Amino acid sequence: MTTADRSAFGDDTQSLKVARTIDTGFFWLTAFFALAIAGILLWIVYELFTIAWPAIQKFGLEFLTSSRWNPVENIYGALPQIYGTIISSIIALLVAVPLGVGVAIFLSEDFLPSKVVTPIAFLIELLAAVPSVVYGLWGIFVFIPFITPFLDFIHTTLGWIPIFSTPPSSRAMIHAGLVLAIMISPIIISISRDTLASLPPQLRQGSLALGATRWETILQVLIPAGLSGIIGSIMLALGRALGETMAAAMLIGNANKISISWFDPASTIASLIANQFAEASGLQVSSLLYAGLVLMLLTLAVNVLAEIIVSRFQEVE
Amino acid sequence: MTTPDNTPTSGTTPGTMSYTVAPQRKLFGNIMTGLVIACALLAALPLVSILITVITNGLSRFGPAIFTELPPPPLVDGGGLRNAIVGTLTVMVISAAISVPFGIMAAIYVSEFARDTKLANAVRFGINVLSGVPSIIAGLFAYGVVVLATGTFSAVAGGVALAVLMIPIIERTAEEGLKSIPLEVRQGALGVGATNFQTISQIVLPASLPFLATGVTLALARASGETAALLFTALFNQFDARSVWQPTATLSVLIYNFAISPYKNQQELAWVAAFLIMVFILIVSIIARRLGRRTQF
Amino acid sequence: MTSPRMQSNSSAVDTDYVLEVEKLNVYYGSNLAVRDTYLKIPRNQITAFIGPSGCGKSTVIRCFNRLNDLIPGARVEGRVLFDGRDLYAKDVDPVEVRRRIGMVFQKANPFPKSIYENIAFGARINGFKGDMDELVERSLRGAALWDEVKDKLKESGLSLSGGQQQRLCIARTIAIEPEVILMDEPCSALDPISTLRVEDLMHELKQRYTIVIVTHNMQQASRVSDMTAFFNAEATPTGGRVGYLVEFDKTQVIFNSPSQTATQDYVSGRFG
Repeated sequence: MTTADRSAFGDDTQSLKVARTIDTGFFWLTAFFALAIAGILLWIVYELFTIAWPAIQKFGLEFLTSSRWNPVENIYGALPQIYGTIISSIIALLVAVPLGVGVAIFLSEDFLPSKVVTPIAFLIELLAAVPSVVYGLWGIFVFIPFITPFLDFIHTTLGWIPIFSTPPSSRAMIHAGLVLAIMISPIIISISRDTLASLPPQLRQGSLALGATRWETILQVLIPAGLSGIIGSIMLALGRALGETMAAAMLIGNANKISISWFDPASTIASLIANQFAEASGLQVSSLLYAGLVLMLLTLAVNVLAEIIVSRFQEVE
Repeated sequence: MTTPDNTPTSGTTPGTMSYTVAPQRKLFGNIMTGLVIACALLAALPLVSILITVITNGLSRFGPAIFTELPPPPLVDGGGLRNAIVGTLTVMVISAAISVPFGIMAAIYVSEFARDTKLANAVRFGINVLSGVPSIIAGLFAYGVVVLATGTFSAVAGGVALAVLMIPIIERTAEEGLKSIPLEVRQGALGVGATNFQTISQIVLPASLPFLATGVTLALARASGETAALLFTALFNQFDARSVWQPTATLSVLIYNFAISPYKNQQELAWVAAFLIMVFILIVSIIARRLGRRTQF
Repeated sequence: MTSPRMQSNSSAVDTDYVLEVEKLNVYYGSNLAVRDTYLKIPRNQITAFIGPSGCGKSTVIRCFNRLNDLIPGARVEGRVLFDGRDLYAKDVDPVEVRRRIGMVFQKANPFPKSIYENIAFGARINGFKGDMDELVERSLRGAALWDEVKDKLKESGLSLSGGQQQRLCIARTIAIEPEVILMDEPCSALDPISTLRVEDLMHELKQRYTIVIVTHNMQQASRVSDMTAFFNAEATPTGGRVGYLVEFDKTQVIFNSPSQTATQDYVSGRFG
């Protein structure tokens, strides 16, 4: 029928049918796995919700505003933990944002030859890979002894400011906040650096051609242009700080109270769960899961916001 | 996108053209440069400190006994980390067995079958959100799904918790790798009559192997030090776990337990465990970097 | 392997057509990309598609092996008959179509595998049962590449030069013994010498295969093809552009005495 010789290829139809069946099966298999990932997310929320349900029923929204966590009376409220989670994250951001953005500028704006930048970037990736439990270990044995004299000094000179008003405790909000800052700054550095590096070079050249100095270009042209990427990185870092468990559990002191002073021990949702879950039972487990659900929704909101900001930036690009 | 709309006015005076930047502009630049250098040094400080303390404290107790002996009870000297090392490896193998197929298959779906569709975007969004789930929440999830269902803390429960954290990492790098293969190569394979499966399994996946391996190693690096997800899934065990359905010691949980204990010997063992994890992460990161460079396109 | 139906004269009444296109409309999403195309591609000849960018010539050629299926939102109306069978009938598997109608792409796209595997891949998935070494050699000889690569069959296909890569892609296409070879601007990324080699190759291949080539280069079309189809594009009321077939005839007619003024303007370089 044709000029081409296909005899060596045998009868196609059978093998094609098999190949087609495999192909279709493969498609559905990948689709299943892809949808399962979305499913896991819902499953997590469902799982937390069902276990937390007795506590949600009993305490309702009062759980979020009450400061009593009393396993003996079986009354639970997580306000100190919510407060601690938010304040420790704010401390972390106060330190990590200027530090991270500064380093990102330093690494992306040709201050250093690329030969030097590459190993530094690798070190920063490594910093991001250090497990939080190692940060906690380091925090207990190295960081807290190191920082205590400085904190003493701050307390004696600036003690009139409420947040510095108590003598630094051996485990305190400030320690957890500062170690969190060290942990999240690599996130800010790497994403902000990528953002700045991906800005179109015409932007930089255009500004320099108008006679702007390097720093005028960076501050007035490049940072505004890359702002949403930088903000996105900060939001992602915030998400990480809110949910971080080990460093907080090891350094914050796990005190179930709200103190205005950052030098007092405090507690976060994650550290509360880490500390109490193993010995908890009954309504206490439900309450811990309720707190977990609050944490989950908090980080979810922050991450979704970060996601939207970052993707908007990519659209602009 | 902002455009440079602020023409500098200082530094030039009408009539006489000056070729030096005004001193206050220069000074400002120098101050800022000094500030970012200070930032870089400040950021490097903790890393250097962590590396030095982990290495010195870790090496001071390092020896063969670390791999062969069990951690001793309080106030007893010596001992090793045998059960925790084996436990960490066990949990990691289980988590990889779950997360690698999940991550890679999902990446294939998103980048090969559903590219740029709403569904693909939805899956990608889900993966990004999943990557932001705090590890302790992953632990609670595995507690509810595995521990409550089986009635025991176990390495499997720990593996499930870690898998939740590893899937997004593996999926993202795999997707990146698949996307790095030019569309023309796929068309070439389809053009000679290959099915999608044949194209993906014989052409696209082999070509993106370095990326897949990078993702898996990065995910393992993350899993090796993960603690919060294991606290009430794998729990801990003073002794060797006899099966994957028993509470299992891991290096990371051991660090946590021993770091907050008052006994010097246990604190020393915590440092050794930290040293082991850091060495593992360093090796894995270097491997991942090497692999990442071996791309064909 | 001689053809029992060699065409001596393409204008004969009983000309044997491999591909027949009837009232073809191609949409990308809601945009009409090509409208109302009728074409008959004669067997064992080289048919060239020429025309300005965006006139739909690549779109039409990609209908012949259903490669447009891969583009989300692409939709094809009308009929494309291959040996009398509608390629777009419900029971036709696009994979099967692509096994019989091979394609060489604009950009050489060897697989990231060895030269040998580049050729063996297609044959193997098509159920080839013969001597693979022999097939690889025969295909590489057929693509005039054998002498250059016979000592490095285990090296990556990506290590070859651009012209060699394109001939490797031709070799891999003829290895599966298709009936038609589609070429989508196969020489646009090649230097003049490599281009000439590929053109020589096309003349040889035409003994056994029907070739459809899309080209930007009018000299190339006049050098290699027997038949030429001229496509053009026109603006639509909605602001888009739609391609359509202006004229289809023997190459010498298209280039010397076309019936349409648009064709005349295009081939003489007085276009737009």
